[in-house]
Amino acid sequence: MSGLTTTAPAIELTGATKRFRTPSGTLHTAVRDLDLTVAPGEFVAVVGPTGCGKSTTLTLVSGLEEPTEGEVKVHGEHVEGINSQVGFVFQQDAVFPWRTVLSNVMAGPRFRGVPVAEARERARDWLSRVGLAAFEDRYPHQLSGGMRKRVALAQTFVNDPKILLMDEPFSALDVQTRALMSDQLLELWAGTGSSVVFVTHDLDEAIALADRVVVMTAGPATVKQIFTVDLPRPRTVEAVRLEPRFVELYREIWASLGEEVRITRERGAGNAA
Amino acid sequence: MPLETPVAAPAAAPVVTRTAARERAARNRKFTVYGARAGVLVAFLGLWELSARSGVIDPFNFSQPSRIWAQIWQWITHGTAQGSLGEQIGYTLYEALTGWVIGVTCGVLLGIALGRIRFLADVFGPYIKVLNAIPRIVLAPIFLIWFGLGPASKVASAVVLVFFPVFFNAFQGAREVDRNLIANARILGADNRKLTLQVVIPAATTWIFTSLHVSFGFALIGAIVGEYIGATKGLGLLVAAAQGTFNAAGVYAAMTILAVVALFTEGLLTFAEKRLFRWKPADSGDGR
Ligand SMILES: Nc1ncnc2c1ncn2[C@@H]1O[C@H](COP(=O)(O)OP(=O)(O)OP(=O)(O)O)[C@@H](O)[C@H]1O
Ligand SMILES: [Mg+2]
Repeated sequence: MSGLTTTAPAIELTGATKRFRTPSGTLHTAVRDLDLTVAPGEFVAVVGPTGCGKSTTLTLVSGLEEPTEGEVKVHGEHVEGINSQVGFVFQQDAVFPWRTVLSNVMAGPRFRGVPVAEARERARDWLSRVGLAAFEDRYPHQLSGGMRKRVALAQTFVNDPKILLMDEPFSALDVQTRALMSDQLLELWAGTGSSVVFVTHDLDEAIALADRVVVMTAGPATVKQIFTVDLPRPRTVEAVRLEPRFVELYREIWASLGEEVRITRERGAGNAA
Repeated sequence: MPLETPVAAPAAAPVVTRTAARERAARNRKFTVYGARAGVLVAFLGLWELSARSGVIDPFNFSQPSRIWAQIWQWITHGTAQGSLGEQIGYTLYEALTGWVIGVTCGVLLGIALGRIRFLADVFGPYIKVLNAIPRIVLAPIFLIWFGLGPASKVASAVVLVFFPVFFNAFQGAREVDRNLIANARILGADNRKLTLQVVIPAATTWIFTSLHVSFGFALIGAIVGEYIGATKGLGLLVAAAQGTFNAAGVYAAMTILAVVALFTEGLLTFAEKRLFRWKPADSGDGR
């Protein structure tokens, strides 16, 4: 059993396709024939033009949505419903507005049957790690957008997920906090050995954080190209940025991504006309 | 710190006075509004009293404030024909409150259940729409036949009036919970029961509470109409009895008492709502 889990990839998508029924009744393909494998403990960043299907790919892995065709496996097992090993930081605000900050972070452990006292202790620990210890009694509407995002991070991390899906988690943060959070994420991740799929529009962030950067095509999304980031770890965001290899990778990935972005934009202009 | 103080000091002084000025202006405005409100009331009552005394309007039909007050005072001091005034108010409130609690409980439970369980919604949806289409106040005489002159028939009228608005709001609320919140709760480990209790119901409370305000008014209407048609106690009976003896002042007096009771319960609800919705931004909840 343990042999199987160590050899099986953490995430395996084979020929995954997802179609949505649009209000007009036609089918819209969001993800098409997608193959992607993430090894245990690996950090994969996903970049692609807006609306291409990155968020949809994550919902397939999380079990929130089922693929229309193809297979999704987590730790070698078919995804059926929600896997308790998976954590998901959503692109949109998803903290519970009627709960205080502390109660929001306690939600996961409480849902999973952890006793109140222990849940509170773990939640407080995570709140202090994301720098919100002083705000535990506030309600989400009393926080800034970036603070709410940090609550969401704590809310996810407190469950110790083996697989971490992050959908543009830092896009609402200012540049300094973002760099800080990125470094902190790397630190946390190094300790846990969990696998991360990190969707972002920020190439700097993608290269600084990831082992591999996956470039998606214009929608419907499929993998266009995968770049291996051969920069030594441990990394810090500011230091790694200055390395020549980083700049080289940035240029390569940008060229690959830029093409897809252009296609998407032309398509959008065409639709509007 | 020593660097900051000299910079902050000159800036802070005008800010403080400006804040104070703004506060004073707000307070003045408040007084003006309250004053104007009282003025309108006094003018209205005064005009009514004067026209009744001078014979512009017929006091027999339209009564006059002094007579209404005398009637209320008489009820307070000497009781009404069917018992003390407090007893009448108590009866009506008891009927309205019982009907309201039953109607709200059923409405919320069924609304959430149908909002969460697609199958139930598909099966019961059309029936509820049909029932809702009936003008429910006409059921009051039927309830009188079924349940007799006692409180039960009034409670039943109140229940049918309260149930539907609460049901529809709870249903809508359960349907329209933010999909992201549901997805997040499921990922965090909530099973269906916890999802309903800890995500759907809190998210739907705004919707439900909107209907609670309106529906308590409906409960009072149900109780009063029921009493008006046939009862042994209650404010509705007071109206009916006054009307039967052509006592216009009695009708108005009973109406006044009803309005006071309704306003008071409304105030209680608003207070409860404020306590319950501390998590909401203040301005939107303050509207009404
Ligand atoms: N529930 C849904 N029903 C219908 N269409 C959907 C649904 N969810 C997503 N889509 C469509 O699928 C496509 C991909 O959406 P997705 O959210 O995965 O994009 P994305 O790559 O995450 O974009 P962004 O970078 O802007 O977040 C879009 O065209 C979107 O309109
Ligand atoms: Mg997205």
